[in-house]
Amino acid sequence: MKYIIEVTDLKTVFGDKIVHEGLNLKIKEGEIYGIVGPSGSGKTTLIREMLMLQEIDGGTIKVLGYNLSGISYKHAQELRQQWGVLFQAGALFSSLNIRENIALPLIEYSDLPRKLIDEIVDFKLSIVGLKSSDASLFPSQLSGGMKKKASLARALAMDPKLLFLDEPTSGLDPISARDFDALILKLRDILKLTVVMVSHDLQSIYDTINTLAVIDNKKIIYDGSVNNISTIDNEFIKTFFKGYI
Amino acid sequence: MDTSSLEIIYTGNILSLVFEGELTLYNIAKLQKKIETLHLNQEKKVVLDFSKVTFFDTASALMIYALQERIFQNAIELQILSASKDISDMIELVKKHKDKIKATQEFKQKSYLEILGRLFYEKYLIFLSFMAFLGEFFTSAIHNIGIVKNIRYKEIFFEINENGIKAIGIISVTSFLIGLVVAYQSAYQLKLYGANIFIVETLGLSILRELAPLITAIVIAGRSGSAFTAQIGAMKITQEIDAMMTMGFEPFRFLVIPRVVALMIIMPILIFIADIMGILGGMLIAYKDLNISTTLFIDRFNDVIEAKHFFIGIIKGPFFAFLIAVIGIYRGIGVKDDTQSIGINTKKSVVESIFAVIMCDALFSIIFTNLGI
Repeated sequence: MKYIIEVTDLKTVFGDKIVHEGLNLKIKEGEIYGIVGPSGSGKTTLIREMLMLQEIDGGTIKVLGYNLSGISYKHAQELRQQWGVLFQAGALFSSLNIRENIALPLIEYSDLPRKLIDEIVDFKLSIVGLKSSDASLFPSQLSGGMKKKASLARALAMDPKLLFLDEPTSGLDPISARDFDALILKLRDILKLTVVMVSHDLQSIYDTINTLAVIDNKKIIYDGSVNNISTIDNEFIKTFFKGYI
Repeated sequence: MDTSSLEIIYTGNILSLVFEGELTLYNIAKLQKKIETLHLNQEKKVVLDFSKVTFFDTASALMIYALQERIFQNAIELQILSASKDISDMIELVKKHKDKIKATQEFKQKSYLEILGRLFYEKYLIFLSFMAFLGEFFTSAIHNIGIVKNIRYKEIFFEINENGIKAIGIISVTSFLIGLVVAYQSAYQLKLYGANIFIVETLGLSILRELAPLITAIVIAGRSGSAFTAQIGAMKITQEIDAMMTMGFEPFRFLVIPRVVALMIIMPILIFIADIMGILGGMLIAYKDLNISTTLFIDRFNDVIEAKHFFIGIIKGPFFAFLIAVIGIYRGIGVKDDTQSIGINTKKSVVESIFAVIMCDALFSIIFTNLGI
């Protein structure tokens, strides 16, 4: 079995607060890996570390075979073109319209003709369920759900192998949230993606996730199928999954 | 309606406190005052009577809890009379949480030396991070300088328009007024000595060498420095910077270098415009107040003002521009994840860049004087 992400003995310290200590996890190719945990337990920090947005204080993180500690500029750039990230609030570039947002990585990293780039953008918009006519809108003109979809289209622009989702369904109404879950499942199958997501949405966790990791007290306290979660005796798990287990 | 009251009754050395009515945070202040005036040293026993209390909230519970603590400290016997279940539960709840708070609270008295040390250490860290920022800027600049494809022409021209062309109006007006004011003040003095014609030297030297570059820099610091900080700060909050980094777009190449380069290109041009407008302002006063005709003014200007003064003013431009842009952007990147931080950083960016510009100007003065220019 090939691992896409391997985290070993991770340590993170903020000032005098230890966030992670001895944290280990492995993410398999092709799975949807969900991370849950109480607020302040360092879920987002963990994702940021995998994305090289934050330095780690100990241990190793390997993503797609690259060891992130001491990675060279060239390798880091290669790695960054192989993943896509959906931020919580979308993080679309506010000075560019949707088309330009999605086309930007294609323009920067490829020498494709403009016409083909436009076709790619239209295709990506269509798979996330947006119309080509939305492409000329600016991020400030979009609703929350459309922002997430547009941002997902941008994350998919370079056909990544690995997709990071930070609370993909937060701020969406239940119907859009379920649509979004279905979209993620569909994309995983079409594009052979490996998905890493942080979520608080129980329905979404049950519907999409293959492997669930629970992070609490600086460590991963559970790592496995959602259905066996009831075997773990932990206050957070008991409260969070109340009614489901 | 305030229905609460407290009756204090002494019977021998037994003190009875009879509470009555609704005890809520709106009306217990006066009861608190009464309680505080009690001495609690001769009494043997204190009786708290809650039988007439109809309502009791957490604030009152905290007050009663504090009173109980005092009574215990003075080793006085305590008796609570007919407290309803609600009241005793409330006091119990407060007691439980008070104990919890006490357990987690560590009192650390900081000495002045420690506060001072921390303050300097924080400033030192800011200095280090600014140096790191500069270092990253230069490495990124060197990395991208040779590669024509990597130069962001579109962004550079956009910034030149935004921060240069659109600033011409305000800079013209400001420097025209400065020229006017300087001329007006000197005209009065010069007239006293009949040295009217020397207005040309006064204006030429002060405006070309010092005033035009400084005024331009100050306007640009207020206008563009603050804009850089606020814009980049907002991008930080909306995670746009994170998004750029995860897509492999270095913020230095896309955001920092275009702004710095644009400002460094446009600043000398703006100073040139400020020179012209300042001198024009001066000429107007020279003509009105000192009867020096325009032709005479220009002839004299040609004779006595050497070109080097003009160039000294212009050469300062890129340096000032660099400081303003770099400080503005550094402060923008320093924005934390809250809106207040944008305000603080924008303020700091303007103040610090104006300060840096003046420091740099002083340095130039010393260098040029020593070089005899």
